[in-house]
Amino acid sequence: MKYTMSVLVENHPGVLSKVSGLFSRRGFNIDSLAVGITEDPAISRMTIVVDGDEYTVEQVEKQLNKVIPVIKVKTLQTGKTIARTLSLLKVSVTAGYRAEIMRIAELMGARIVDATRTTMTIEFSDTPERTDTLEALLRPYGIKEIVRTGVIAIEKGPDPTRTAKNY
Amino acid sequence: MMTGAAAMVKCLEEQHVKTVFGYPGAAICPFYDALATGSVHHVLVRTEQNAAHAASGYARVSGEVGVCIATSGPGATNLLTGIASAYMDSIPLVVITGQVRSDLLGRDVFQEADITGAAAPFTKHSYIVKKTADIPRIFREAFYIAASGRPGPVLIDVPMDMQQRTLPDATPGEAPDIIGYKPRTQGHPLQIKKAAEALRACSRPVLCAGGGVFSAEAQGPLRAFVEKCNLPVICTMMGIGALPSAHPLNMGMLGSHGCIPANKAIRDADLVILAGARVGDRAMAAPGQVASRAKIIHIDIDPAEIGKNMPAHIPIVGDLNSVLTTLIEKVDWQAPPEWVERVTDRKKRYAAKQIPDTEGFVEPKRFMRTLSEKVRPDAVLCADVGQNQIWSANHFAIREGRFLTSGGMGTMGYSIPCAVGAKKAAVESTASGECRQVIAVCGDGSFQMSMMELGTICQEQLGVKIVVMRNTRLGMVRELQDNHYKGVHSAVYLDGSPDFTTLAAAYGIRTRRITSSEEIDGAIDEMLADDRPFLLVCEVWPDYPSL
Repeated sequence: MKYTMSVLVENHPGVLSKVSGLFSRRGFNIDSLAVGITEDPAISRMTIVVDGDEYTVEQVEKQLNKVIPVIKVKTLQTGKTIARTLSLLKVSVTAGYRAEIMRIAELMGARIVDATRTTMTIEFSDTPERTDTLEALLRPYGIKEIVRTGVIAIEKGPDPTRTAKNY
Repeated sequence: MMTGAAAMVKCLEEQHVKTVFGYPGAAICPFYDALATGSVHHVLVRTEQNAAHAASGYARVSGEVGVCIATSGPGATNLLTGIASAYMDSIPLVVITGQVRSDLLGRDVFQEADITGAAAPFTKHSYIVKKTADIPRIFREAFYIAASGRPGPVLIDVPMDMQQRTLPDATPGEAPDIIGYKPRTQGHPLQIKKAAEALRACSRPVLCAGGGVFSAEAQGPLRAFVEKCNLPVICTMMGIGALPSAHPLNMGMLGSHGCIPANKAIRDADLVILAGARVGDRAMAAPGQVASRAKIIHIDIDPAEIGKNMPAHIPIVGDLNSVLTTLIEKVDWQAPPEWVERVTDRKKRYAAKQIPDTEGFVEPKRFMRTLSEKVRPDAVLCADVGQNQIWSANHFAIREGRFLTSGGMGTMGYSIPCAVGAKKAAVESTASGECRQVIAVCGDGSFQMSMMELGTICQEQLGVKIVVMRNTRLGMVRELQDNHYKGVHSAVYLDGSPDFTTLAAAYGIRTRRITSSEEIDGAIDEMLADDRPFLLVCEVWPDYPSL
C-alpha cells in the first residue's frame, strides 16, 4: 500500500539529508520524494510517497516528528487529495508513426515540447496512474528516455494543510 | 565585541556548566584559548571517546547536561561511539567539535570530517555554525533540546573561523522557541483515566520500570504509586535502582540475563505498565506474546517508542513524573493480595544458581553482594559490559544509589570513563563531609579498553574505585561460543595482558589482587577505607557463567 505524506520542514540546508537518512536508517521504503518552497519562504514542503503497511506509516510519521526541523507531518487520504507528477518522455519517431503519436498526446492531454527528425519530447502533468497509462501507450513506439518528478499533492477543499491553529 | 570562542565559553557559563570533558586539537584551539580564562573546569581525558562517556556519567549523576569537546576530523570521529552510547540510553549531552575553516569545508583538507553527517543517526539534533552571530542562539537551543523531552546528545560543529570572528556581546537569551520542537510533558487526562480504569479491572498487574524513571527523576512518584497500589515491579537493565533492590515489591531485572521471578511475573501478568521502558530485545525477546496475554499501558515521553516494539492498548505520552503523580491521585485501588503474594513468594524462594567456590578464584556474585553491603547507601556503581555487567546487575543491591551502565549500546570500556564523570559530579555536589562513592566494575577485556583513563583519574585526583573481574577471557563471548558454537574458542583469550596491579602502581594508584572468596571482605574494606583511587583485581574462574 502506498501512502502520501506531506511534510512541512524548516527551509535549512541539511534538512533533506536528515529526513532521507531517517528513511534508509529505519528501513522505510521511499517511492518518491519531492521538495519545494511554500508560500512562506522559511518553510519547505516535502511530499513523500511511502510503500508499507499501517505500522510502517505510523512509525514514519512518529520518527519524522522527532526530527527537530520538521514542523508538521500529515498523511494525505486518497480520494481527498489532488496528486500530480510531471514527466518528460522522449519517444522515437519513424516517419509513418508521427501522426499516431501526436494523436495519443492529444488524447491524453500531453504537450509536445520538442521534436527532431527521429524523436518527439512530450511533457505530461497528471496523476501517477495516468502517467503510467501514457507511458504504456507510447512504449510500442520506443521510449528513449523518461524523466519523472516525485508526486506533489494538495488536499481538496478550501483549507490549507497548515492552518494558523495547528502550526 | 567578543570572539565566537569567547561567546561559546560564555554560553557554557550561562548554562551553569561547571565541568567539561575533552581533548584539544588545532581546529578547536580558539575555544580552548577562551576556556583557559573562564570559570569552566576542563577535564583532559586520554581519548575522545571517553570524553563522551565521562560527560554521560557526569550527566547521569548531576542531572545536568554533560558537555564534551573534541577537535575536527579524528577527534570528532573518535567521539562517535560515545555519542551513540548516550543516544541509545537517552543521556543529555552537548557535544562540541572543532571544524576546519568554513571556506575550506568540503575540500578534504587536513583533519576534515563531516561529523554532523557521520553522527546523524546517533544525535537528537546537530548544528554547523555558519554565522558567528548564531552561536548564542545555537548553544541555548542545543542545551534545551538535549535536556527536554526525551533527552539525548546534540552536536554543535564549529568551524575555526566561526570561533575567531567577532560578534556583538551576547545578551542574556530568552528561552528558545523552536517551531518544530514542542515536547509534550503532561499525559492526556483521558488516557490516564483509561489507565486507572484498566488497573481497577485487572487481577495480575505488574509495572516495568525503565531508564525513563531516571530521565524524569520519577523515583519518588514511582515508589509512591507502586506502594499505594501494591504493584509488583520489574526493572529493565536501565531501570535498575528505580526502586531499591531490596524493596518487597521489586522482583529484579527481567530479560535474557534477568532473574526468574521478574520474568515469571511478566509472563503471568494480565496488565503491564511500561514506565519509561522502550521494550528492547534484551529485556523482552517476544513482546508480541506478552501483549497477547496482557493489557499494555505504555507511558513514555517519546511517542515514537509507543507501539514501536510492542503494541500498546493504552498509550500515554508524557513526562513519567507528571503522569505518575496524576495517576496516584486517580487510583484508589490495590492489586489483589493473592497475586502479589504469588509473585513476592517466588522472589523469596528464589535463589540465584550457586556456583561452587573454585580454588584460587573469587566468587563474583558473592563479591558483588558483599560490595553492595559495604558501600554507603548512595554509592554509584558503574558496570561495564559483559559478564561483569550481569553479575553487577543481578547481585549488587541498589539502596539509594545508582546503577550506571551502557544498556542500549553495550559499549565495552564505558565503566571507567563513566565513573570519572560520575565522581566529578559527586565531588562538585559535596559541600562538606564525605563524597559519594563511585565504583567501576569491569572485566579484563573492558578494563584494557579504557585503562588509559587511570591518567585522568590521577590528574583530577578523583577517588574512583575500580574492580577488575579478571578471568583472562572475553567471558561473555567465551560463554556464547561454549553454548552456541560447539565450544570453539575463537579470539577470546586475553593472553599478553599486563599485570594490572603493577600498572596501577605505575600511576601511583593503590592496588590489591585477590584470589579467593575469603579475601573479599578485607579487600573491599581496604578499597573503601578512604576517598582515593583504588584498583582491585579479582581473579575469576574462566568458566564461571554469567547467570
